[in-house]
Amino acid sequence: MKAPVKSTSALLYLSGVTVSFDGFRALNNLSLLIEPGEMRAIIGPNGAGKTTMMDVVTGKTRPDAGEVVFDGQSDLTKLDEASIATLGIGRKFQKPTVFESHTVRDNLLLALAGLRSWYKLLSAAPTKAENDRLDEILTIIRMGPQQYMPAARLSHGQKQWLEIGMLLAQNPKLLLVDEPVAGMTDVETETTAQVLREVNKSHSVVVVEHDMSFVRALGVKVTVLHEGSMLAEGSLDQVSADPRVVEVYLGR
Amino acid sequence: MITRFFWHGLDRYVRVMVAVVLIIGLAMPLLNLLMPQSSPLYVSAYTLQLFGKYLCYASLALAVDLVWGFCGILSLGHAAFFALGGYCMGMYLLRQIGTRGVYGNPLLPDFMVFLGYKELPWFWHGFDSFWFAAPMIVIVPSVLALALGWFAFRSRVTGVYLSIITQAMTFALLLAFFRNDMGLGGNNGMTDFKDILGFSVQAPGTRAVLCFASALALAIFLAISGAIVGSRFGKALTAVRDAESRMRFLGYRVEGYKLFVFVLSAAMAGIAGALYVPQVGIINPGEFSPGNSIEAVLWVAVGGRGTLIGPVIGAFIVNFAKTYLTGALPEVWLFALGALFIGVTLFMPKGVMGLWAQYKARRARPKRTAAA
Repeated sequence: MKAPVKSTSALLYLSGVTVSFDGFRALNNLSLLIEPGEMRAIIGPNGAGKTTMMDVVTGKTRPDAGEVVFDGQSDLTKLDEASIATLGIGRKFQKPTVFESHTVRDNLLLALAGLRSWYKLLSAAPTKAENDRLDEILTIIRMGPQQYMPAARLSHGQKQWLEIGMLLAQNPKLLLVDEPVAGMTDVETETTAQVLREVNKSHSVVVVEHDMSFVRALGVKVTVLHEGSMLAEGSLDQVSADPRVVEVYLGR
Repeated sequence: MITRFFWHGLDRYVRVMVAVVLIIGLAMPLLNLLMPQSSPLYVSAYTLQLFGKYLCYASLALAVDLVWGFCGILSLGHAAFFALGGYCMGMYLLRQIGTRGVYGNPLLPDFMVFLGYKELPWFWHGFDSFWFAAPMIVIVPSVLALALGWFAFRSRVTGVYLSIITQAMTFALLLAFFRNDMGLGGNNGMTDFKDILGFSVQAPGTRAVLCFASALALAIFLAISGAIVGSRFGKALTAVRDAESRMRFLGYRVEGYKLFVFVLSAAMAGIAGALYVPQVGIINPGEFSPGNSIEAVLWVAVGGRGTLIGPVIGAFIVNFAKTYLTGALPEVWLFALGALFIGVTLFMPKGVMGLWAQYKARRARPKRTAAA
């Protein structure tokens, strides 16, 4: 399981990552590899450390120990959120956080890769290329008709898709998607799986999810977390046949 | 590029407001100067002075709204920037007195002679020239805002903690400026001004020009704020207000945005303070009192937070009420202020500017229930 550190071909490389909050080990010696172009589903019961793992990768939480390497060269434990986002890691939160007072289109415009510095934004108007890209994203997330609606008026499912669109607009190398289908109807869940598969054609994706039918619809390699460490890895059928996984999910 | 910045950004309402401020700001001084006293259109010197004061307050309110309404930084110390600009102007005006002071000292202002100063403190040098004092009016408040903002925003101090820090800042300055050995006039402050740019500050013509200058400053601030808010920068700014950590994950360095508007806002407050001082004829440490900053926040809340027109209207309404009540029923004013604060928070969360929307919503609601 031990891999050489910097010579890895992995897009995201976690090794021996440990995080404690007041003595509680949220992550315990966690190791994980994500290959370029891959889509990975991460499952696990509540408190397994899924969200903490996302926090570590995006720079929100500093690990007490361990290595987090992105693209074989960047040590993420030493960077802040903005630098990590600029490197090419985008995150969708569990609770949709879109900019409520802005329109759908403006939300995407803010997320669009490129201009970030305040002094350049003072005089910038959206270019043709930027507008075309916005139209493209609106098509992928199926929200063209709502583009001039304030985000506050969107339904829960629409907000989740807008978030995925905002991630796409950042054009990251890796998308971290936290519980995208929580609270969605079955139809919305199915649509979300389609949207993510489409996103995966051009981007690597890590999805954290509880909903097993959704994970099945994604049809990708699954990692099971338990008490801050990896319990099992493989296809959904393989891991659900694993007695330890069954015990964790059903045994308590 | 600059013209595009202004033309694209300004929405129609802000353009109208700029025009209204300029027209009234020009008409009031002219009616004072040109109309005979018997005419019903005559504006008295007292009214003109009040109007000029309100214009300066409106600029301060706009400055508060730019950081609070559009970036979510609730500053409870903005009057400090206003007062610092005022002090810079006061220092200039004091040095214009020359030998006409009570003690007739050509170099030292009266209070320094009185306190036994032998020479001019180092930071007073240069303030005899308007062209030194004018940039200082902008630089002094901006540098303070830059220093405070730099540390606070980098350490991610937000919300109520930032409000407390700004309040502490203005209180610390209040205590410092009360001390005689600050060399800035102690608790008496600075007064008895004679000339500004060679014109008597008491002359009707000078007062008229100062009043118009205050209107011009307010109009320019409105235009600048409107252009900023309407730009892509403005979209990012309100996004920082609504979901700061989300902006960080999008790769924005939020500190730069906050620092820019905070410093700009402090500079606007400083200029407003500098225009205020020659019109009221005095600047003293009382201008730093925390209550002043809180009142400025109230003006914004009354007018409508997060709109550019609201703070201007709010500053005029509240200060008109204050002038009237402190004259007619002095003991009632503080109660009225408190009641206003509670009333606005409870019934007018979006201020005067939100009333129209509230009214429309109320009219629409019975219809919907009738249909259902």
